[in-house]
Amino acid sequence: MAKKTYIQAITDALDIVLEDDPKTLIFGEDVGKNGGVFRTTQGLQDKYGEDRVFDTPLAESGILGLATGLGLTGWRPIPEIQFMGFSFEAIDQIVGQEARMRFRFDGQKTSPVTIRTPYGGGTHTAEMHADNLESYFTGTPGLRVVMPSNPYDAKGLLISSVENNDPVLFMENLKLYRSMKDDIPDGKYTVPLDKANVVREGNDITIVAYGAEVNEAKKVADKLADKNISVEVIDLRTVSPIDTETIFKSIEKTHKVVIVQEAQKMAGVGAQVASAIAEGAVLSLDAPVGRVAAPNSVYPFAQSEDYWIPGADEIEEKVNEILNY
Amino acid sequence: MANEPIVDFEAIKNDLTNVPKPIQILNENAEVVDKAAFDSFSDDDLVEFMKKMVWERALHEQTMNFSRQGRMGFYAPTEGEEASEMGTVLAMKDQDYLLPAYRDVPQLIQHGATVTEAYLWSRGHVIGNKFKARSMMPQIIIGAAYNEAAGVAMGIKKNKEEDAIAFTYTGDGGTSQGDSYEGMNFAGAFQVPALFIVQNNGFAISTPRKKQTAAPTLAQKAVAAGIPSVQVDGMDILACYRVAKAARDYMVAGNGPVMIETLTYRYGAHSSAGDDPKRYRTKEETQPWFDKDPLIRLRKVLEDKGLWSEEQEDKLVDEYKASFKEAIKEADAVPADKVSDMLKRTFEIPTPEMKQEIEKFEAKESK
Repeated sequence: MAKKTYIQAITDALDIVLEDDPKTLIFGEDVGKNGGVFRTTQGLQDKYGEDRVFDTPLAESGILGLATGLGLTGWRPIPEIQFMGFSFEAIDQIVGQEARMRFRFDGQKTSPVTIRTPYGGGTHTAEMHADNLESYFTGTPGLRVVMPSNPYDAKGLLISSVENNDPVLFMENLKLYRSMKDDIPDGKYTVPLDKANVVREGNDITIVAYGAEVNEAKKVADKLADKNISVEVIDLRTVSPIDTETIFKSIEKTHKVVIVQEAQKMAGVGAQVASAIAEGAVLSLDAPVGRVAAPNSVYPFAQSEDYWIPGADEIEEKVNEILNY
Repeated sequence: MANEPIVDFEAIKNDLTNVPKPIQILNENAEVVDKAAFDSFSDDDLVEFMKKMVWERALHEQTMNFSRQGRMGFYAPTEGEEASEMGTVLAMKDQDYLLPAYRDVPQLIQHGATVTEAYLWSRGHVIGNKFKARSMMPQIIIGAAYNEAAGVAMGIKKNKEEDAIAFTYTGDGGTSQGDSYEGMNFAGAFQVPALFIVQNNGFAISTPRKKQTAAPTLAQKAVAAGIPSVQVDGMDILACYRVAKAARDYMVAGNGPVMIETLTYRYGAHSSAGDDPKRYRTKEETQPWFDKDPLIRLRKVLEDKGLWSEEQEDKLVDEYKASFKEAIKEADAVPADKVSDMLKRTFEIPTPEMKQEIEKFEAKESK
């Protein structure tokens, strides 16, 4: 057990899957000698050799096409897309090819690919380097989308993703990369896919969040606890598919819900959660569904980013509004 | 400042047209233009090649017939491309991994899929994709297979399969897709055994080859990726075979990728959905290509050698067509795909929502 950052937890997981399964391969732009632009693959090429961990030409569709082809020939690829904003270049391979593979071939051929990519804002990057693009992918049957909110989950979910025989888009939150440390057990452990986690238990209101917003929600829960308001916080962890059972169970207890996302509001994961609640648990509610999301604008330039991303203040405001409905 | 340009771009551009003549063994008048290459084939080889082309044309004719009867789904006509398709695929071995495009169903069958499976693919039934051949299904996204071929070739190399390659097809239009460059470039950068075949049949639906690119040849598109490439007369099955075989031999000797551009022609429409080629090309343009027909060419050689006759060919065509009629009967006997089964194959471990949908459809289907 050691205190580790989100990045170190990911490196740990990659080290374990490379060690465990000789068919795993890591590749992408600058992942080899350089260890990735964020050092998530640091030391892995030295340890496992260039056959297992290697740099590719600078072309995302080529990288994902390589993954599809390697998957077809018995390998378990873990490609990296250096920034999620570059994933548009590869969307046919992800959505048009990998996500359809099991379906097309009735399991005779599959695509056991785990695509790692950093996303999210708050780090004042160049354009296209900060984005919340999950909802471009959550509407893709055959593809899982996983968004860990902390180093512990990042390690366990990444190992589960690689071991899963279907494609997973594994989204790593840029801001959390170095801003957070957890006690990380040495060696292998897994965190289940498709399963939300109740990270704070409470009775008065439920906050459903994912990614970096889980930490903002926890701040709100802590603050309101001082005022004797008991907030339950659910971390979705996997945003496609969504674990509605855990959400419904919580709402049956609290009767109030606020859904939080870092991404723009339109057609987002929060909208899907709200719709699932409307269909499956609306009679448990005694107030409208509250939503906190970024405005429907293009992702802002670096200077205005901090005002644009919803934080604990916006969540607290919305929670109070729903509590006082 | 001097006005004299430091570089003569026009000369560089003109130099791009200095390319070798397409490789040919048998010219359009059925004359042997490369005797040494021609002599490498036995009489049996020549008859076998002829049979394969007769088979492909019969497949085309019978399948289009089924299509007109409303018994097919999407199917891409192949008439005119027999030499290019059969010549290249016959140079491959069973352990080679095929990544076909939608006009490459004859090669997929040649590589081990059954005609019944091909018909089920056309009709949109999953069994059509469950062939034993080492192959992807016919790719609809033009260019995607080029990217995937680089990955398959890398997988083959990593598996230490020494006598195997990946081979993939696209058309002239496909070379305009960025993916086709990315795939070739990756295969080149990693020096993996991927054979990229461009069947330049003159048209991407209605858009002629000359509107796709200013490049004088499509083979040149491989040059920028550091890949050796060659143009071949795509109406000469002997040349197509020898070039594809040379490419395969070169790659299994431990070398990197190769690209082949076959110069061929699509006699008919783009697809069975029935676009009308008369809208975009004239008889004057098409007739010279019909005159180059790959079957006419080899038939003449075989007849001169006393190895072939009209009766023999008619008999073969009847046999082949009878086998295709059997194949479609088999396809007719396959029950329609169920929605519940479709849902079950979306994920290995169905999601809770999927489980509910499966139950819902199973209940409906059991009524």
